[in-house]
Amino acid sequence: MSAEHTERLFPLAAEVAADPSRLRVLFPAVGRLVGRGPTDPDDPEGLRVPRIEDRARAALVAAVAASSRLSPTELTTMLTELYEDGDGDEKRAVLRALDDVDIPGLLGLVEDGLRSNDPRLVAAAMGRYADRHLGADVWRHGVLKCLFVGVPLDAVAAWTGRVDDELARMTAAFVAEREAAGRPVPEDARRILALYRPHPEGER
Amino acid sequence: MRIFDPHIHMTSRTTDDYQVMYDAGVRAVTEPAFWLGQPRTSVGSFKDYFDGLVGWERFRAAQFGIRHHCTVALNPKEANDPRLAGVLDLLPRYLAKDGVVAVGETGFDSMTEAEETIFVRHLGLAAEHGLPVLVHTPHRDKAEGTRRSLELVAASGLPPEMVLIDHLNEVTVGLVAESGCWMGFSIYPDTKMDEHRMVKVLAEYGLDRMIVNSAADWGRSDPLKTAKTGAAMREAGFDEDAVDRVLWRNPVAFYAQSGRLLLDEAGDGAADATATFEGNSILRGQRPA
Repeated sequence: MSAEHTERLFPLAAEVAADPSRLRVLFPAVGRLVGRGPTDPDDPEGLRVPRIEDRARAALVAAVAASSRLSPTELTTMLTELYEDGDGDEKRAVLRALDDVDIPGLLGLVEDGLRSNDPRLVAAAMGRYADRHLGADVWRHGVLKCLFVGVPLDAVAAWTGRVDDELARMTAAFVAEREAAGRPVPEDARRILALYRPHPEGER
Repeated sequence: MRIFDPHIHMTSRTTDDYQVMYDAGVRAVTEPAFWLGQPRTSVGSFKDYFDGLVGWERFRAAQFGIRHHCTVALNPKEANDPRLAGVLDLLPRYLAKDGVVAVGETGFDSMTEAEETIFVRHLGLAAEHGLPVLVHTPHRDKAEGTRRSLELVAASGLPPEMVLIDHLNEVTVGLVAESGCWMGFSIYPDTKMDEHRMVKVLAEYGLDRMIVNSAADWGRSDPLKTAKTGAAMREAGFDEDAVDRVLWRNPVAFYAQSGRLLLDEAGDGAADATATFEGNSILRGQRPA
């Protein structure tokens, strides 16, 4: 974010820290009040790197959380409502906010994002919150969904440390299906398979 | 030719439509909330519909290089259904969102008291949220519906330039021209206006505050009627600048009054969309189809 964005964001963050209920009004308006657009020109949709409006919205959530004016339950409820009432941009920003503000009880939002067919939501759902909290089964299907919908693997937080037998099997099957159909295989699928080292016989 | 279709129900259309629209020059649309062709039975159906307008449909359009906006309201037909009165309470949360560029469609269908009550409440919501209003005029008794709509707009205190009176024809255009409101024309294959009648109206009334849309939906309609009107304008001797004004700059100027247009994708969100985007023919930050 530029200095101008930060300058516009600062009073909004102070406003929601003083009165968290203002988040309901200011969160949808962030694109107009602070700005919007990619922070990395090579990633216009913000799949790998959050966009300006994502960062600004996440900063507002962080300001509310840091103010300690809401109980953990109230914060969970507020973020759930922001997500459920949000358009695509707002839903994505709630998921992005969870990267840095570890609010318990919101895995349902991550799972909802992963059910969507919008790559921007799928990418945001596979951030650091998913890495910290998502069970292995759902996480693996999340990675596979990224391969399917064209979300770059680099959008998946800490993926290299979580590749296991089952993900390798699923990825190999995905590659085989793509090859059978004569369709291109994403390079990211090969990166998963290249990283995977099966355990030697007898060590499983 | 760059086109902003200011009234089209893309939820009812296919991806093939998006593709041919893009090929014809359509780069942005507004989808007004309307009815399904049959009645909804609960407020929840509207929540899902509005969520789709600001969610999936916006994403679907972007895949074809088209920027999708919407308007939300309880439409005139369903304003008569007491089961749906709660829809009014849903509206404020949507009216705060980026890409929600007006309150609408509102107005009259059968000229009932319920329609008038809801219409007036919509005008109040628009004033409260600083939004323009898209007013549907009825298929039957159109002139009387238009006249009464203009009375209600005047009584609301909203500036006339914040109001677009839609589905006009040769009979109703004069009333609206005098009022200072924007004049909308839906170009249809069989009914309402056709593109050649439209060109005659433009020749007679000028280009100021004139808006042309396809109003394409689930019925017999044509999402390329905006482009065809542009072609008819050129055949009749209008130059490129006139076509651009009617098909792009006018609708952008009307909806930019909301401050919620999404055309300025890569730039400064606090900037005025009209100022930033007039003169730009290509929108940025979009996924090629």
